[in-house]
Amino acid sequence: MFYRESGDFKTSYAADQQTFPIRFDRIVVALILVCAFLVVPFFINDYWEKSILLPFLVWSLAALGLNILTGYCGQVSLGTGGFMAVGAYACYKLTTGFPDLNIIFVILLSGGITALVGIIFGLPSLRIKGFYLAVATLASQFFLVWLFNKVPWFYNYSASGQITMPERSVFGTAVTGSAATPSATYLFSLLFVVVFAFIARNLTRGRLGRSWMAIRDMDIAAEIIGVPPLQAKLSAFAVSSFYIGLSGALFFGVYLGAVEPTEAFGIDKSFLVLFMIIIGGLGSIFGSFVGAAFMVLLPVLFKNIMVGGFGWPTDMVQHFIFMLVGGLIMFFLIVEPHGLAQLWRVTKEKLRLWPFPH
Amino acid sequence: MSPMILNTIEVMLNGLMTGVMYSLVALGFVLIFKASGIFNYAQGVMALFAALTLVGFQSGQIPFSHLINVVFGTDYHNWGPGMNAFLAILLTMAVMVLLAWLVERLVLRHLVNQEPIILFMATIGLAFFMEGLGDMMWGANIKVLDIGLPSGGSFWWEDVTRVWATEGSEYYGMYIDVLDVWAAGIAIVLVIALTLFSQYTKTGRALRAVADDHQAALTVGISLRTIWIVVWSIAGFVALVAGIMWGSKSGIQFSLSLIALKALPVLILGGFTSIPGAIVGGLIIGVGEKLFEFAIGPLIGGATENWFAYVLALMFLMFRPQGLYGDKIIERV
Repeated sequence: MFYRESGDFKTSYAADQQTFPIRFDRIVVALILVCAFLVVPFFINDYWEKSILLPFLVWSLAALGLNILTGYCGQVSLGTGGFMAVGAYACYKLTTGFPDLNIIFVILLSGGITALVGIIFGLPSLRIKGFYLAVATLASQFFLVWLFNKVPWFYNYSASGQITMPERSVFGTAVTGSAATPSATYLFSLLFVVVFAFIARNLTRGRLGRSWMAIRDMDIAAEIIGVPPLQAKLSAFAVSSFYIGLSGALFFGVYLGAVEPTEAFGIDKSFLVLFMIIIGGLGSIFGSFVGAAFMVLLPVLFKNIMVGGFGWPTDMVQHFIFMLVGGLIMFFLIVEPHGLAQLWRVTKEKLRLWPFPH
Repeated sequence: MSPMILNTIEVMLNGLMTGVMYSLVALGFVLIFKASGIFNYAQGVMALFAALTLVGFQSGQIPFSHLINVVFGTDYHNWGPGMNAFLAILLTMAVMVLLAWLVERLVLRHLVNQEPIILFMATIGLAFFMEGLGDMMWGANIKVLDIGLPSGGSFWWEDVTRVWATEGSEYYGMYIDVLDVWAAGIAIVLVIALTLFSQYTKTGRALRAVADDHQAALTVGISLRTIWIVVWSIAGFVALVAGIMWGSKSGIQFSLSLIALKALPVLILGGFTSIPGAIVGGLIIGVGEKLFEFAIGPLIGGATENWFAYVLALMFLMFRPQGLYGDKIIERV
């Protein structure tokens, strides 16, 4: 009853194009943002930061990036882990090489470097597509991780081969390193996620986004009507890698603080992000967040219920979660192949009409 | 011959053997892809699951004993001393057929006419599920698989090759694992059997008909559901063989399911739709990565086997996007 426009009267293009055409949606989103920025930081503790909020933010940024490439431009990539590693190592080299550079610029620059690497590994997409491209991106995944393991320059010749983030601060508040408080790291990551989600939303409905979608839907037809595939595909790779690089830098710098490439950026991470966007919904910004929430929160939830509630041993709960996640992936594909975002879209349509059936 | 050349030959031979193992996994992919157009990501996990089940039967474990013990507070682990390898293999095969039936009944049937990418995702879900199921049923510890296949270096071959080296040079003969030779032999038998099956039996012909054109096959009265169950059972059988071979080679552990990823470049080289392609692709990758590691690996830090196959596949795709034996890709708008 409350969930509808009062009639379909739009008098300007701006009104027609707005992201949240329904007032109820706008209020809810505004409330969530206010809550996230002004309420959560006062209540956040170490547990919520490390196991729920930070992973959620970092992975949703990665999911956003992959969704731009896979969901909007139709190029399946299994190299996400490798690109996150590029972001993380760029962040590490920049912070240690230029200690005076502000951490915000460091992270943005890491994204930029990852974008360049992404363009290089995106070149094969001009010639190969589909599953073949997916396997080709595996090459970037394994090659990049191997590179960071084998070339000592990347980890500053440290004996362990690990990279560790030094302490950096924004406006006098530490956001990385051991002195950073949960609320500082949380707000810092949240800022990046919100700003770049906003940018992604506007990119995807602009000229660039439409050229991506044209390529996704039928690349030959798109080429014939004048969408240059070279520009569209490579820009999708660049933008997507930029996002993934940002999330890699945040993952290393803000969330973990110290990483070892094989473990932190393995092939399982690439699959994890792919699952997020499939479950959330390909080609949907909202879907990236839902998918990330699903894959990050569900295991934590079930772990708490089973280990805490039933007292089951942790390794068995781990297996059970595997079964459950697998089962849910199949279930969602059968019920709604286009992900949770589509489910939400259908619900919205129903809500608009409620309580009348037609 | 100088020891250097002999060493190179040894590396190549071992590469060939590894290549055969890759082909075994790739074969399972090709079978399912040809018959149903599904790219079955779960193939590697199926191999893991089959090997786990086999060891479980062989050693007489009770399935889900861990779960039962936790829920009911009991302490059961084994129902008996186990059974002999042959019986265990038969029982495992029965489990794989049951699995094929369940997959068709519960998942694939509901996903007919979906896009290939969605079916692919469904098999990823299946892979997750089976990984959890396998660990839940039989426990996650690393297991040793021994069904009586010989293993270890071949002394006979060492003696034969020792005399090939030039007089006076220090050379102790080539090392070759007997198990690898067995695996190669079994793989060859398997490929011949599969080829004969698809050429000369009624079911085999129906399989090829479905692969050619689903709807035409339906109109002449071939049951798509039966065919899918058959195909998934065969893929289960191939997975079992691959699981036995890899399991006896390096123990049964989670990394077994990752060889599925190694099979992907093999498929790309050979083409997704060709059985000979899977074999040749496997051999090329096997020999290529061993030779590269031997010749260039030490110069750039080693462990190049991790990525060489993928980069090779990538280079290859630039020139021939459909693979060695794949059908030519024709695109229409």
